[in-house]
Amino acid sequence: MAKVTIDGITIEVPDGTTILQAARMIGGDIVPPTMCYHSKLKTSGGYCRTCIVKVSKGSEKDPRPMPKPVASCRTTVMDGMEVQNLTSPDLLEARAGVVEFLLINHPLDCPVCDQAGECDLQNLAYENGKAGTRYEFPRREFERIDIGDKIQLHMNRCILCYRCVKTADQVTDGRVHGVINRGDVAEISTYIQNAVDNDFSGNVIDVCPVGALTDKTFRFKSRVWYTKPMDAHRNCTKCSGKVRLWYKGEEVLRVTGRRDQFGEVTEWICNECRFDKKKSSDWTIEGPAHIDSGSVISANHYESLKALKTDIERQRMALPHGQKVTLGHGALDPNNQ
Amino acid sequence: MALTNRSKTVTVRELTWSEKLYLPAIFKGMMITFSHMFKRTPTIKYPDVKREMAPVYRGQHVLKRDEAGAERCTACGLCAVACPAEAITMESAERKKGEESLYREEKYASIYEINMLRCIFCGLCEDACPKEAIFLTDRIVPSSFTRGEEVFGKDILVESQDTPVDVTKRQSPEVLEFKKNKSHYHNRTFKDAKPLVNKHH
Repeated sequence: MAKVTIDGITIEVPDGTTILQAARMIGGDIVPPTMCYHSKLKTSGGYCRTCIVKVSKGSEKDPRPMPKPVASCRTTVMDGMEVQNLTSPDLLEARAGVVEFLLINHPLDCPVCDQAGECDLQNLAYENGKAGTRYEFPRREFERIDIGDKIQLHMNRCILCYRCVKTADQVTDGRVHGVINRGDVAEISTYIQNAVDNDFSGNVIDVCPVGALTDKTFRFKSRVWYTKPMDAHRNCTKCSGKVRLWYKGEEVLRVTGRRDQFGEVTEWICNECRFDKKKSSDWTIEGPAHIDSGSVISANHYESLKALKTDIERQRMALPHGQKVTLGHGALDPNNQ
Repeated sequence: MALTNRSKTVTVRELTWSEKLYLPAIFKGMMITFSHMFKRTPTIKYPDVKREMAPVYRGQHVLKRDEAGAERCTACGLCAVACPAEAITMESAERKKGEESLYREEKYASIYEINMLRCIFCGLCEDACPKEAIFLTDRIVPSSFTRGEEVFGKDILVESQDTPVDVTKRQSPEVLEFKKNKSHYHNRTFKDAKPLVNKHH
């Protein structure tokens, strides 16, 4: 077991746990944001650098601080390690720089993009980024291509997080797409316009943190914040059948996998559930899905106050005695007393 | 019992002979009426004469076209989510090849409706719009006999190509300066489109 302190909160975790996992065990605002790391995918993480943290004390035996910010998804904890995330202004500055880099080639087409409203990059930029850009060169532009008849790839929007590649590698048998070329011209593609056709290929849509891989059956149907998410299940021979239905009125516009509080898919679903079962009668509805109150999707959707109170209580328990709990961002900000 | 000490006792007095004629009182009244004929009138003869509007008056909406005549609205839904009266509804559609001169972006609003009975003319839709598509203008919303007529669709809202609605007085000098810079994607029309930099394979 190792004792690690993140933003002043101490937790004991098993050896071999990463800093990110330890932070997620604590929960709340101190969890570093992630773009490429996905807990259900092996070897994911380490590409995007958004989860960087400052290690101000390496361990009990070697208390020297680490010289540079480290990627928390790839760095394991040591006994006595002290980590700073929100409490370090230098780190927040560094993360703003990472966001600026991620946005260098990302087009400003959120008004058109189907991912807007549930986009990890959009949230990241709002919470950690800066409003302007210093980049003056033309952005990379590609034509969009269809990977199969149900998935569309907008290479313009891709941030090369490798999540879809790892999903295809680990969830489907025989992946046909990957990252071709290198450096500035690297792109996600199939070799010679190959269709990605596999029972579980649709999961690449769910893991994509931006709008690069989108569901063609949902293309331009509705903005996500006008749809109501419902958890539902069915008996499926291929997958667990546990999905999230996105309703507009009586109509199911889209079926996705369920996401946890960190925006990661909890269970992979098959393409039959995702693309072919779009009637309420196909599904057993469990109830409305929980959407974070900070999300635009929860606009005009009302939930009981009980959930809100539990959330505040949980945050209060995690804090050192006497510190004030506020909702939303900046709850642990030392300047926000 | 008197509640205050300001009450007065009044008596009905017998009118004098001249008062009984009523003529002086009538002439006095007529003089007041006559004197008003030489005073300035506060009313204006609408619709022949129109009152001067403030440049930022919030009246009937317009859906703008860009300089090349393509509709600016991309059905992003931000106006509808910003609308406190929930007056705006829309449906989007995908632009087909060859329609670049009609619609600016690859997505456009196939249906765009504002319920003018619900609208409170707060201007939040104008503030929310990322595409300079919707503006409130100094035009007054006409009244109608039925409720259905007050739901304005794209046929009324989208400006005609021949008679564009001038909204420059609603935009700050900084915005007008920014719009001159064609290096921004926001300021380019389909006529300025360049071939793609990267091609697959």
